[in-house]
Amino acid sequence: MEPFTSLTATAVPFDEVNVDTDQIIPSRLMRKPREDANYHTFLFHDLRYNEDGSEKPDFILNQAPYRDARILVAGHNFGCGSSREVAVFALMANGFRAVIASSFGDIFFGNCFNNGVLPIRVTEETAARLRADLHASPGASMTIELEPQTLTGADGTEYQFDVDPFRKHCLLEGLDAIGLTLEYENEIEAFEDRYRQERSWLYP
Amino acid sequence: MAQPRTMFDKIWDSHVIVDRDDGQTLLYVDRHLCHDGSFFAFDMLRDTGLPVRRPDQTFTVPDHYVPTRGHELDDAVDDERREMIVKLDRNAKQFDLTIFGLGDKRQGIVHVVGPEQGITQPGMLMVCGDSHTSTHGALGAIAFGIGASEVSHVLATQSIWQRKPKTMRITLTGARPFGVLAKDVILAIIARIGAGAALGHAVEYAGPIFAAMSAEERLTVCNMSIEAGARCGMIAPDETTFAYVKGRPYAPAGEAWQKAVAYWKTLPSDPGATFDKEVGIAADDIAPMVTWGTSPEDALPITGQVPDPADEADAGRRAAKEKAIDYMGLVPGMKLTDIRIDKAFIGSCTNGRIEDLRIAAAVVKGRRVAVPAMVVPGSGLVKEQAEKEGLDRVFTDAGFEWLESGCSMCVGMNGDTIDPGERSASTSNRNFVGRQGPGARTHLMSPAMAAAAALSGRLCDVRELSLAPSEGD
Repeated sequence: MEPFTSLTATAVPFDEVNVDTDQIIPSRLMRKPREDANYHTFLFHDLRYNEDGSEKPDFILNQAPYRDARILVAGHNFGCGSSREVAVFALMANGFRAVIASSFGDIFFGNCFNNGVLPIRVTEETAARLRADLHASPGASMTIELEPQTLTGADGTEYQFDVDPFRKHCLLEGLDAIGLTLEYENEIEAFEDRYRQERSWLYP
Repeated sequence: MAQPRTMFDKIWDSHVIVDRDDGQTLLYVDRHLCHDGSFFAFDMLRDTGLPVRRPDQTFTVPDHYVPTRGHELDDAVDDERREMIVKLDRNAKQFDLTIFGLGDKRQGIVHVVGPEQGITQPGMLMVCGDSHTSTHGALGAIAFGIGASEVSHVLATQSIWQRKPKTMRITLTGARPFGVLAKDVILAIIARIGAGAALGHAVEYAGPIFAAMSAEERLTVCNMSIEAGARCGMIAPDETTFAYVKGRPYAPAGEAWQKAVAYWKTLPSDPGATFDKEVGIAADDIAPMVTWGTSPEDALPITGQVPDPADEADAGRRAAKEKAIDYMGLVPGMKLTDIRIDKAFIGSCTNGRIEDLRIAAAVVKGRRVAVPAMVVPGSGLVKEQAEKEGLDRVFTDAGFEWLESGCSMCVGMNGDTIDPGERSASTSNRNFVGRQGPGARTHLMSPAMAAAAALSGRLCDVRELSLAPSEGD
């Protein structure tokens, strides 16, 4: 996993609420291999493209100031619905490394961390203000520093954010969870030995 | 005296392998279910070079990509979809996992198959790379959906890292009104609390209405917990649960059964256990429900009207409503019963079980469909049982298509979709934009309501239809 330490990049305000992972990547594209040369086009595919493949000019990612965006600032319950990790793959294929919202679908939130994408929960008020500032200066950059847990909005205001210490450690170091878990092999084995005796009916 | 604990806490505590100071917990996974969408996870596992740690605790079944018109590999609509089914077969073989493949009548939707086979049991911690894994909590288990990286982690280690979620109890008071099914209950709950209301929470459904529900009704309720954002949904195991699990192929038997039941009886939340959040809802207000918009929270009693966004004070919510109504091709203020439909779909992990088919068949019997309609049983065994009871004939005589088991039009991944701009009455769980195909418009409802919609060609109140004489009577 690619480590995440800091990021300064164009941020795109995404005002919709309850953006489900079916919107982020339609289910018919889930079977496509990640190596697909067009993978970047899968992100928000049906919102972003017409049936003939041409761009929908109204969609925000198709607008000039936001084409290089790598930070997405969304409405509440972003990434709700399906557990599809390809939603994160599609964001990454477009260069996104951070998503900011007042709340996230739980599974999507975890999937982000497992791929080196930083999801940041802020208050509803902060999310709204960040988006308003971005709308006021289209194409503006934001800066995210993971170690001190700060983000700087388009207007220069600095905000503090919370992040799970375990997740933060994995992101900073680029650690994958399996490697870390294997360090607990003795604990897992001890648990299993005891558990198999206590719950014998689970092991016919 | 020990502190009273919730059911969630009891099951959680008994699965803790490691509790880290930073709040992360490594939990043991009793049963892991995989499906034909899990291929990324198997690829990730191969990259690690590790084996599946507990093949005997891992079960696989193809469901998302399987064809429903014919049930052979050759019936898949194209090579890419066929390859998805073949890949699962190959992965199951390579890692020595149980598979209920095409051609095996135990094949079906993973969340129908788990309970049906007795794989799902009270007190378990279960995961699956699918958000509707919350279904299994209906039998008194902690069950939640995970992403592909986590699936590969569980395959390799039989464990999963989690932060303990908060707990929420949703108590339904009063009596269940006439004509209200489990689907109406959960749609009403989501409409009341909102699609993000249970984020970060484990939900327990409590009160006499859930206690009086059948195991299958409880599966319907817990299935849609994720549509309120919940990490998982659960209902206390009781005699109904035990009777449902008993005798199933993977359920304990004999002495093991006695031991299991003795343990399962200790699982319900203790009197006085506290929840982080309590929600009380009066059941008396619940009526047969339908959704009008593009989030499951956009649900209303069938007697209602399409809402007017102008009534919404919050600008963000007003815009969301306007967008949803525009996508759905509706007009604010129109009666929900005036909405005409193009297709009806009865099936899915929410409503593809035998009781769902029975109640739909009872509505359909002796009548004719007004629009194309399909029934997709949740598993081969559900299909077989329905055919034993003659339900297939009830449906086909009425003009329904009677198809093979799978996820089908709930998510459209196998090619069962509706055309752009078309409108469905669907017993599935998500009315998201494009869920049933690009441009598709989905109205969620119960199997009785979807059957009624199929017969009348519009959304209609099944309570009125069931009182009217039918041709066959």
